[in-house]
Amino acid sequence: MSETLVDSKKIDSSKRTWLIASGCAGAVGGVATAIPFVSTFQPSERAKAAGAAVEVDIAGLKPGEKVTVEWRGKPVWIVRRTPEQVAALAGKDAALADPKSERKPDELTPEYARNEARSIKPEFFVAVGICSHLGCSPSDKFQTGAQPSLPDDWAGGFLCPCHGSTFDMAGRVFKNKPAPDNLEVPPHMFLSDSKLLIGEDKKA
Amino acid sequence: MAREFKDISPNASAGEKVTNWFENRFPTAFDAYKVHMSEYYAPKNFNFWYIFGALATLVLVIQIVTGIFLVMHYKPDAALAFGSVEYIMRDVPWGWLIRYMHSTGASAFFVVVYLHMFRGLIYGSYRKPRELVWLFGCAIFLCLMAEAFMGYLLPWGQMSYWGAQVIVNLFAAVPLVGPDLALLIRGDFVVGDATLNRFFAFHVIAVPLVLLGLVAAHLLALHDVGSNNPDGVEIKAPNAPRDANGHPLDGIPFHPYYTVHDIFMVSVFLMVFTAIVFFAPEFGGYFLEYNNFIPADPLKTPAHIAPVWYFTPFYSMLRAITSEMMYALIACVIGAAAFGVVKAKLPNIFKGAIVGAAVVVSAAMLSIDAKFWGVVVMGGAVVILFFLPWLDNSPVKSIRYRPDWHKYLYGIFVINFVVLAYLGVQPPSPIGERVSQVGTLFYFGFFLLMPWWSTVGESKPVPPRVTFVAH
Repeated sequence: MSETLVDSKKIDSSKRTWLIASGCAGAVGGVATAIPFVSTFQPSERAKAAGAAVEVDIAGLKPGEKVTVEWRGKPVWIVRRTPEQVAALAGKDAALADPKSERKPDELTPEYARNEARSIKPEFFVAVGICSHLGCSPSDKFQTGAQPSLPDDWAGGFLCPCHGSTFDMAGRVFKNKPAPDNLEVPPHMFLSDSKLLIGEDKKA
Repeated sequence: MAREFKDISPNASAGEKVTNWFENRFPTAFDAYKVHMSEYYAPKNFNFWYIFGALATLVLVIQIVTGIFLVMHYKPDAALAFGSVEYIMRDVPWGWLIRYMHSTGASAFFVVVYLHMFRGLIYGSYRKPRELVWLFGCAIFLCLMAEAFMGYLLPWGQMSYWGAQVIVNLFAAVPLVGPDLALLIRGDFVVGDATLNRFFAFHVIAVPLVLLGLVAAHLLALHDVGSNNPDGVEIKAPNAPRDANGHPLDGIPFHPYYTVHDIFMVSVFLMVFTAIVFFAPEFGGYFLEYNNFIPADPLKTPAHIAPVWYFTPFYSMLRAITSEMMYALIACVIGAAAFGVVKAKLPNIFKGAIVGAAVVVSAAMLSIDAKFWGVVVMGGAVVILFFLPWLDNSPVKSIRYRPDWHKYLYGIFVINFVVLAYLGVQPPSPIGERVSQVGTLFYFGFFLLMPWWSTVGESKPVPPRVTFVAH
């Protein structure tokens, strides 16, 4: 350009101030507009409302068996442990990452399950079947002894197929595995000896 | 800026008149043809490795066209998605072909892009002045990974579901904000209908738009600085030999020379591609995993889950980070800091900063779960590629003129990458875990120590002009 349109000596500084101010105000408005867009990523009201408690009949469950029910879209296991499986829980604290359920107790272990068997009744173990590593559902490895992907002195428990984390029969994670935490014990209570309610406990 | 209107002789042919009519009204298109095709001078010594950029463009077109036709029949709804893919496969006329072209295209994309990146690596195509070309390329690679990952959820099979579950949970490993971030990505407390719908939106429109923009930037930046070549000799340098018209003597116009070249290789590529589409579309479970032919079941993880082959090297690195491995990593951090303090010529204040940073990082490594660091390592393995232009201090660009042992080092790097990929497909095992830990350390060592090792050894003299034998 041969001639300049702006004469630097005659800049109207108040006009410039207002241009900058309105530009900043516009930028704030633009950023604020992003909030509703990002908010749509949150769970919808319908998704939040879903998640009622589930009632399970455990009368037909034999020792050593497991049933899986769906609660809030997640698998919840109810395992009826044999006396041998309950006995095997003791004395392994050194091999476990968190034998006393002390990590994140409010999220993972309700007060009534903060014991060695991580359950209300030692016989019945209730847990959300989602690995604390990256959310896979571990597989049952109730058979004891040496087998692929497991140590030779395996006493029964669960193996996550994704990254090889192992858990004992109380959902307690073994040391030096990718999963940092024990399996979550959901709020639950016995309505009677054969009826279990998953998702609510006596506090509620 | 209007340009002068060109008049053409009334005796000119009809074709010339039509061309002139358009050239007067849309000169930009004619300029672009010259700048990018007929007068884009590319080095004349391109070899086999220089085909993969063109092939990547071809695969991009295949993916977009087949994708558009798949969207016409697909239903992004957790209750209908699996069925609609089976409907495409069985009931839509020729639907199986379109779907297999799209699924094979995804794997082909990564084959071609990995080879394209390897070419850049060995010939130093990321070095000055092509740093931005490389950065745009790395961003394209990231977009492709996002495309592939979100596209894999859409058939809503077992692998789709559990793969997405694992990857979204990676974000939950971030301290403090992690769980909320994962919730924001899923849109529900578990992977579900909301997740499927938003991944569909990202896969079919959001990411492809970004991808196309990046591809345009990659090509425009490349044509601004000019292509590198297997000799790493700048054919357009100020002192490079030129003909009377100022065109580089070591360059030939992209069109027709390389377009013909590319068309030939495209035919070869399409032979392989169609052979796979027709005879082995699942490719033995590597392109389409068997578990993905089972509808998603949120209550049961398949006995063995693994990502599709192109993610497995990075997945292996994720699995390699156990709490035991953290001690090795802490040792690396402390070792690096000690080396920096002893060897680097820096003022004491910077040395203090190095020690402070090492202490902070080591403390963080001890206090935050190995799970989070696994995610950091996996992300870092991709992000580190962005820094390559500033890690390589070698005095020459091309592997041809580097010390011979560099070739072996690159060879080991490739073998290591393939071994990590193989281990990522396999179920976890104690030996595999050890090997992948060593492999992870080697992968990062290769890049992080590059500023040092790339200067070691004597490079060979680089010829003034490209090596080329007329044929």
